Amino acid sequence: MLKTRIIPALLLRDDALVKTTRFDKPTYIGDPINTVRIFNELEVDELVFLDISATTDGRKPNMKVLEEIANECFMPLAYGGGLNDFQTISDIFRIGFEKVVINSACHHNPELIGQVARHFGNQAVMASVDVKRNFFGGYEVWTHSGKKNSKMKPVEWCCHLEKLGVGEILLTSIDREGTWSGFDIELTKKVSDAVNIPVIAHGGAGNIEHIIQVVHEGKASAVALGSMVVYQQKGMGVLVNFPDKSLLNKNLL
Amino acid sequence: MITIVNYGMGNLGSVVNMFKRIGFSTEIVEDPGLLLNATKILLPGVGSFDQAMKRINERGFLEVLNKKALVEKVPVLGICLGMQLLTRGSEEGVLPGLSWIKADTLKFPPNSGLKVPHMGWNRVFNASPSTLTSNLPDEPRFYFVHSYRVKVDNEADSILKCSYGLDFDAAVQHDNIFGTQFHPEKSHKFGMRFLENFAKI
Repeated sequence: MLKTRIIPALLLRDDALVKTTRFDKPTYIGDPINTVRIFNELEVDELVFLDISATTDGRKPNMKVLEEIANECFMPLAYGGGLNDFQTISDIFRIGFEKVVINSACHHNPELIGQVARHFGNQAVMASVDVKRNFFGGYEVWTHSGKKNSKMKPVEWCCHLEKLGVGEILLTSIDREGTWSGFDIELTKKVSDAVNIPVIAHGGAGNIEHIIQVVHEGKASAVALGSMVVYQQKGMGVLVNFPDKSLLNKNLL
Repeated sequence: MITIVNYGMGNLGSVVNMFKRIGFSTEIVEDPGLLLNATKILLPGVGSFDQAMKRINERGFLEVLNKKALVEKVPVLGICLGMQLLTRGSEEGVLPGLSWIKADTLKFPPNSGLKVPHMGWNRVFNASPSTLTSNLPDEPRFYFVHSYRVKVDNEADSILKCSYGLDFDAAVQHDNIFGTQFHPEKSHKFGMRFLENFAKI
């Protein structure tokens, strides 16, 4: 059977690695290349890189940093941020990434999804869906690094993305991101139950119990970790690390 | 020198990077004429079966590939779709495959409740012994992404098995012809050892 993938989700701001809290207050973590070397040695399942300022700055991906990453990493790699056109996306695949993560372009250029899926396969297209609760407690999908409210409901939106040809969904709870307070189980379960493609739960991981819970109760296919893999503990200094694999293996497939 | 056949399908950067890391040089060829002197051939591949076979035919690779693999018996490794191309054909398409291994490429059974593509890390089990798998690190696991699976006629040609709803052939070998359904270039030390073994044949 497939192992449950536990995926460090690393945030880039151009050429620096940062970590945010609720999509705000980016804090410098370090040099991305040094960090990926550590994850390579830890033999993590997969890595996702998200450039959180590419779209908002109207900037293309930093290909130089991404090429260096691809030269170092012998595991599946995904990149998202500022991917608006087919040529840029093709370049990401050419340098050795096998998945692209698309968020804002799913809203304003949905044809692009089908085009990329037809050319590189559905498995190569990951949609990033950032969700925030509104004043009344309902879930809404936000774009542009959490700055624009699309007013879409996550379940309908994710079903739509699956029809467009997306092969996987990176589902992020903006309210939980960087808080160490646990995943949004309700949100994850709603989306996982509604789609047939893998859902990667992201936002809120603080300990191994949280990871196990979102897989068992939230029905997540995979889990993405941010703060947990770059800080020692909540409120403490930077330490690139990975949760105890024997504990994970004991509790997850 | 490992000669990588570029028939326009998929991601060559990762394979080149991994061979570089383990100290073997590679060349990417787009012209069948440049294959004539190859001593080791790699068939990469992501994409659809028919599109790959169509391009192999259109670009004039078929004749020279057959000569290298079947007459000169140069070691050939097909990765992912590249392994499926070694078979007689695939349920994904209508074009014949290279037919270098007595095997077919089949769909995963529908309604098994398992998600297709089979994507992620999975354990593999030794089947028939092979130089490529004799010294893999403990508890070997590899990264897979595929919607179709290979089934060999002769179990002797299956060198690694993997289980996903059913057991399927994760790696195959017949004489000098090798194939892996997984992506060794994305499988850490496990893939590194596998490719090193191929490079050292």
